[in-house]
Amino acid sequence: MCFLGAMSIYGLGVEAIVALGEITRLSADVLVIGAGAAGMSAAIAADEAGSSVLLVDRSLIGRGGATVMAQMTVAVALGEEVPDRWENHLADTLAAGRGLCDEGLAALLCENGPDEIRRMESWHVGWARHPDGRIRQAHAPGHDRPRCCYVDFLSTGPAVSRTLRAQVQRHAKIRRVGDLCITDLAVVDGVASGAVGFAVSDGRKVAIAAKTVIVATGGLTRLYRRNSASQNMGGDGYALALRAGARLRDMEFVQFFPIGHLAPRLIGMDPIMWDPFRYKLGGRLLNADGREFIDAYGVSEDGTYKATRDLATYAILKEVEAGRGSPAGGVYLSFRHVPPDKLRDAFGPVIDRLARNGIDLASGDVEVAPIAHYHMGGVRVSDTLETDVPNLFAAGEAVGGANGANRLSGNAITEALVFGRHAGFAAAARAKIIAASPWRDDAAAASFALLAEEERGDANCAALIVALQDAMARDVGPFRTAARLGRALTEITRIRRAMGAAPPPVQGPFDTHRLDWFDLRNIVLVAEAVAAAAQRRRESRGAHQRDDFPAPDEAWAKSQVITFDGEHLAFDGERAIAEAVP
Amino acid sequence: MSLMAALVIRRGEAWQRFEVEFERGQSVLDGLRRIRAEQDPTLAFRYSCINANACKECMIELDGKVVYACTARLEPREMRLQPLSNKALLRDLATEIAPPDERL
Repeated sequence: MCFLGAMSIYGLGVEAIVALGEITRLSADVLVIGAGAAGMSAAIAADEAGSSVLLVDRSLIGRGGATVMAQMTVAVALGEEVPDRWENHLADTLAAGRGLCDEGLAALLCENGPDEIRRMESWHVGWARHPDGRIRQAHAPGHDRPRCCYVDFLSTGPAVSRTLRAQVQRHAKIRRVGDLCITDLAVVDGVASGAVGFAVSDGRKVAIAAKTVIVATGGLTRLYRRNSASQNMGGDGYALALRAGARLRDMEFVQFFPIGHLAPRLIGMDPIMWDPFRYKLGGRLLNADGREFIDAYGVSEDGTYKATRDLATYAILKEVEAGRGSPAGGVYLSFRHVPPDKLRDAFGPVIDRLARNGIDLASGDVEVAPIAHYHMGGVRVSDTLETDVPNLFAAGEAVGGANGANRLSGNAITEALVFGRHAGFAAAARAKIIAASPWRDDAAAASFALLAEEERGDANCAALIVALQDAMARDVGPFRTAARLGRALTEITRIRRAMGAAPPPVQGPFDTHRLDWFDLRNIVLVAEAVAAAAQRRRESRGAHQRDDFPAPDEAWAKSQVITFDGEHLAFDGERAIAEAVP
Repeated sequence: MSLMAALVIRRGEAWQRFEVEFERGQSVLDGLRRIRAEQDPTLAFRYSCINANACKECMIELDGKVVYACTARLEPREMRLQPLSNKALLRDLATEIAPPDERL
């Protein structure tokens, strides 16, 4: 199979740079790409360490990404409900990761989580508390004790975003630029030197020279039709890092959130909203026969919330496959056994929002189904969050390894805060010993060429993105086979060819047509990494379930490491060759 | 025959009419996204969180009233959409809503 890679895109040649027109130039000691919890934490830390910081986001600062969407919860060994130690949290994290966690990263997350939660508290995030002042910690599936703090009602993510955003603003030296799409990292002699991109608002080309760069762009949920994050979560950080020469790991492990809202149609609410309902109220998962089925898959729930995400996803989809699904293709989640006053106590205003959507939990059930939620895989980093490219760091969900083959509930925000802070300090410390960014315009020539303005491509990339999301949902979801993965890879190749080697012509300000092309360029590369990694892993583990290899295989108790030479992906140094492609 | 929603959208000086199939429960943002994927990918509007009303980026004017496109229901009738009139226009329904000190 022929993988048309980014090389064909780069093949425009250096001479195109003369047609560039004006470039807006920015510089900083530390460039942070992505303004979710990880990016904002990194920016604050780097500023505190004395670096000049530029914080950029493809969307508006502190509004896009996954953090703002996180409704619950944050897992940390605070010991406010019952005594706890971070080692207990680590043990649960490693168990959930099904043998694939990078233990150093997982320990970093668990050991430093409590400090970050206390720091957020000192910044008035407003963790929910008991009347006696103790922080409330919910008992989430996969944890050995109550460990997950939150902000009522369904407000953890927005509160974390808002709090960090206020802190970023108080660190007046941090330069913030929203609506800035980074298209490539700049690498000089194998070392990170900054980035290239364009302003979404007016199309201006931008060159950023930096001593160190932190990729904090989040995950890849946008690759799937039904997902629980913002539309800018298209795996761009993975693609940026790959093209810059960094390595990725564990890309086959996409976490599906088992009980994403399916029907009736809800607006103005996050599809993962049922998670907090289950923490507080238990709830029952029922199949079309009105029977609780989860115990048939090895977990006895009995109205409580115990099944881990990979197991619950498996159970729900197997019920649907067996013809016992709900009309919309999921299963029922029921709170009919919970008294109405208890519902209102637990969720107050949310009950009214549900009523406006025609949903009354006291009298009816909702339909839920697995939905793309989080990516365990990501950029391979050291214990100081540095990638395989010197001076290039990663933070938050962009990092692979801390969560192995399956992430424990509540670890994502913790990871964003801890890794953000540590990457910020590490990048600032490195920047201190670098005299100047090694930036050279000629080293970024291919990236500039892609931003040239002459009329070129004309594909409808909005439609191609939908086609790719459909293919990923159909063939690279929680259940996989060699044949389906082969079909997905064929479709990915078709889409890559259809999008062409150059973006559509510039239309003027807020050119979403052009933005789609640059998004899709990243999406196809990352989708191929996920599908090809899944095809090579001939076993089932955590979030990766192969119908044709249904059991775990000890020989596969290892991560796959992916590189990209500009044309082809390679796994553990071996060129990717797809199987079962007609 | 299925019901249609007619979205009449201000694009610069002109108004352009798009028709999308009406599906009960959908939002205006759903309709706009379908127009981009099925009819005209050059149509510009802001959104980030899609459905959760968390990002607050999708503010537009619907029949002269400010709404979030993600929480306004699509209806099987003519709906007139225009950009926020108190913000600088970027293109189509997209306006400059970033704080001044967060722009390039």
